[in-house]
Amino acid sequence: MSATFSRVNGPSELDRLISEKSCVRIACRYPISHARQFAGSGMHKGLSRAATFPYSLSMFDTRLSLRTLRESIANRSVSCREIAEFFLARIEKHNAAINAIVAIDPEIAIEAAKAIDRRRAQGESLPAMAGIPISVKDILCTRQGTTTCGSKMLAKYQSPFDAHLVSRLYESGAVLMGKTNLDEFAMGGSTENSIFGPSRNPWDVARTCGGSSGGSAAAVAAGLSPASIGTDTGGSIRQPAAFCGVCGIKPTYGRVSRYGLIAYGSSLDVAGAFAHTVEDLALVLASIAGHDPRDSTSLPDPVPNYAEEIHQTPTSLRIGVVREHLEDDGLDSELRDALQASIETYKRLGASIIDVSLPHSKYCIPTYYIIAPCEASSNLSRYDGAHYGFRAEPAPNTSGLSPLESMYENTRSQGFGAEVRRRILLGTYALSAGYYDAYYLKALKVRRLIRKDYDAAFEKVDILLGPTTPRPAFKLGEKINDPVQLYLEDLFTVGANLAGIPALSMPIGHTRAGLPLGMQLQAPPLRESTLLAAGHWYQQQTSYIPSIPPAFAASST
Amino acid sequence: MSDSASTNSPLAYRIVIGLEVHVQLKTETKLFCRCSTRFGQSPNTQVCPVCLGLPGSLPVLNLHAIELAARAGEALHCELASFTKWDRKNYFYPDLPKGYQTSQFDLPICVGGYLDIPIRVPSDNAADAATLSENMVKRIRLVRAHLEEDAGKSMHDERAGRADTRIDLNRAGTPLLEIVSEPDLSSAEEAKDYLTELRLIMVYLGISDGNMQEGSLRADANVNLHIERDGKTIPTPIVEIKNLNSFRSVERAIDYEVERQYREFLRTGLAMGQSPKQTRGWDDVLGQTDLQREKEEAADYRYFPCPDLVPVQLTEQQREAAKHESQFTPDRYRNVLLHTHAVKETDAEILIQQGRDVVDYFLEMVRAGATPKRASAWMLQDVLRHLNDQRVPIDRYPIAAPKLAELLMAIEQGKVDTSQAKQALAKILDDPSIGVAAAIESLGIVRVDVSEMETLCRELLAENPDVVDKVKAGNTKAVAALVGQAKKRNRNADPRVLQEICLKMIASM
Ligand SMILES: [Zn+2]
Repeated sequence: MSATFSRVNGPSELDRLISEKSCVRIACRYPISHARQFAGSGMHKGLSRAATFPYSLSMFDTRLSLRTLRESIANRSVSCREIAEFFLARIEKHNAAINAIVAIDPEIAIEAAKAIDRRRAQGESLPAMAGIPISVKDILCTRQGTTTCGSKMLAKYQSPFDAHLVSRLYESGAVLMGKTNLDEFAMGGSTENSIFGPSRNPWDVARTCGGSSGGSAAAVAAGLSPASIGTDTGGSIRQPAAFCGVCGIKPTYGRVSRYGLIAYGSSLDVAGAFAHTVEDLALVLASIAGHDPRDSTSLPDPVPNYAEEIHQTPTSLRIGVVREHLEDDGLDSELRDALQASIETYKRLGASIIDVSLPHSKYCIPTYYIIAPCEASSNLSRYDGAHYGFRAEPAPNTSGLSPLESMYENTRSQGFGAEVRRRILLGTYALSAGYYDAYYLKALKVRRLIRKDYDAAFEKVDILLGPTTPRPAFKLGEKINDPVQLYLEDLFTVGANLAGIPALSMPIGHTRAGLPLGMQLQAPPLRESTLLAAGHWYQQQTSYIPSIPPAFAASST
Repeated sequence: MSDSASTNSPLAYRIVIGLEVHVQLKTETKLFCRCSTRFGQSPNTQVCPVCLGLPGSLPVLNLHAIELAARAGEALHCELASFTKWDRKNYFYPDLPKGYQTSQFDLPICVGGYLDIPIRVPSDNAADAATLSENMVKRIRLVRAHLEEDAGKSMHDERAGRADTRIDLNRAGTPLLEIVSEPDLSSAEEAKDYLTELRLIMVYLGISDGNMQEGSLRADANVNLHIERDGKTIPTPIVEIKNLNSFRSVERAIDYEVERQYREFLRTGLAMGQSPKQTRGWDDVLGQTDLQREKEEAADYRYFPCPDLVPVQLTEQQREAAKHESQFTPDRYRNVLLHTHAVKETDAEILIQQGRDVVDYFLEMVRAGATPKRASAWMLQDVLRHLNDQRVPIDRYPIAAPKLAELLMAIEQGKVDTSQAKQALAKILDDPSIGVAAAIESLGIVRVDVSEMETLCRELLAENPDVVDKVKAGNTKAVAALVGQAKKRNRNADPRVLQEICLKMIASM
């Protein structure tokens, strides 16, 4: 041991390396301090200056879509700085009501927008997302500000690198405007498990916006971000999209790099997008999809030109309707009616509707709730207080435990919320000697059967159509004490994660009480184009106009 | 071992040892990131988000590690898996930043195989007979060899008043090949021989630098005894001795452990299964093993396939390359030295142990015309001594092999005698730029003409009739008495040539 000691350069460095505690603290080459802090918790401090807006208020509605924003930027009717200021002002005014965005640095956003303006002024041809404000779920690493995963464990964590997709967004000219709220480490379906408190549904603030990417869905729905990036492990993009009345796409597993996506269930996790229209989803997806050598599970296949392929009218589209899903007893009747109407629409447009069966779909939930927690129990082992993030003191009287073990125990029981601890325990149990075969191995086998179901279905049809969720948004607090009820909300979404296929959710109307209803489309691996074209076709044919909940409408700016 | 121990007691026993050796692979970068594997850098300077286990980072396999592992597998006669995958071994420790080690559980890259070691003790045990091969080697079977990432290093600061531990993660993520033997070793010496040969193979094939001081080769030994009592064979509980990082510590730790287990058995009578498996650490200073962990069951590492990495399938090309690269084992060189060049066994082994470069140097001398016998003698007496004194590797020896061969050939040709050649060598070592001929010349050694030598011999024989008589009486060695006189008259006279001519002349008298 003494030989290794001498390699530390003298006592002063030694002191610097050692924390005063009886455990460990490393000094690393990645000075966490170089990442810029967000200006305080900018959200609650408010913007430093009053923005003035060149828009007539009614203009806002037409500027919802990325397409119109891009056109405005292209024809110079508006500057990127003005767009940034516009959305910052909306965030300033409306975010408190829904708690969608948990951190933002307005100055950096405005600087980034001005930089795009300068490039435009110099006659540069601008990339696809130039000047478009976009928010990002706070589970994606950004050098800018903190990356918290909604957890006390990482409340002050600053990543030394940008997630691959974040770099891609910067390259495409997007302006990062806020990190969005989520269930802690993406575990949950209501964005209630967050150190930042719950996010709320803009259509009814007493209700959940869904989760785990609830902040992103709510931000888009309320018109605070024209687009947002979320992640989907078991439905975490599609379910909040359905609850909030926006479009959300979960791409094929591996289509978007996971580098910088803080892992929950590594074999299921994938990042995707929220926007108001399917056409906008295509634009955002095109700017984040693609191979990344830093993610071994990233797919090398070339990325199609989604923005172009989306316009190919899928006239001979074969649509499969999953009987198990549409006939589910728990399916809300208004939702069933809306789905029937959508099916009729597609029929009228010339698509053929075919009944298909996914016989193993009833095993999706149990399979998912073995595999995801197993992977999570290992993925979250690194949060032990030793190297970064939250650390609790060891108990003064550590009977039977070493100070190190006591530090581990206290750090992990105080640093993680109840749902995260529950899933870590579930996964640890299922991976333990003697249980592995009965749980994890069996779940893997069932997962293969579920995949085969999809393979068989996709031999007959191009896409599958069904509900995204069993019911519209439930009330906040309604299910927080009943985890199994909450898990069952994932009934229709987890299949796509287990099979690794792309799926999207899009609005198909509202309940009489005014809550959005969502329809899910699923396609074979890497057939995002089919999925997007089918969705876009529907929105075109139904003259879909995105709507903003009245309380968040432009007139209330 | 067993003999000496059993004479101290009425119970005979057999020692059973299996070794798990961690070999650090000689890759430029770590197993799953691009950080350097260089040893001895300031703490935590060779790290990145991946090997620090920072949130959001992902591993990417270093294919060179796969190549080296496959090469080792070929050299150790393993079966190379057609499909191999990565598993996570989950446990908490501060030097393990991800909370799991990426390793291989049920589908390791190398399966089976063996390593031959020289036979130390002829075995009278029938069970051992099968393991003897005709070359008088003992075949140690291997269970498997798998790849895994190394952990960081914990440094416990025990300076006054402190109970701190500091972590250096420079080593975290360094590729290791863990080679697991069957419990076929039956003495501390055999364990040492096994480790020695294993290290040599790794070094010869460029798989590892084999530097024991820097931890490039670390062994854990599983040791127990099979004690004969009342006509029954009773196995003692298996003890795992951790982190033996020198040949000597392997030998000493096993010797110690054998004694300890024997005494323990006499005291408690506990057999395998009656007391928990122990993990003990070797204390090199105190010369004893200390209890580290005692558990009824093996720790539950909750192995499961790593979802961040894809399985590896070796291509035919990779297999061929591994086969090709694995040819130049120490054993192959040993055969060349012993059988092609008839180098004495002990000399050959010394050369072999010096490494492939040294043996190559020797072979190059022989190819350049030196006789194997003289070349090996000079290697051992001069070259190795120089390297040892100067603490330099052979590639920094100032004289190239063909040049040294030229000097040795001058001896064969009678241009110089051995002591003159050594003087010439010293000259060249002083100034490597001078050639062999120039060095010989500078010593004032001029080859004496044959007729001149004959004249000299004739004179000497005429002046020393007693020598002639002695030789004629059969004492040919008496002619050596003339050498001194000859040297006085002509200092360049070659004693060997002189004696040869004199004997010839006497014979024809
Ligand atoms: Zn690294």
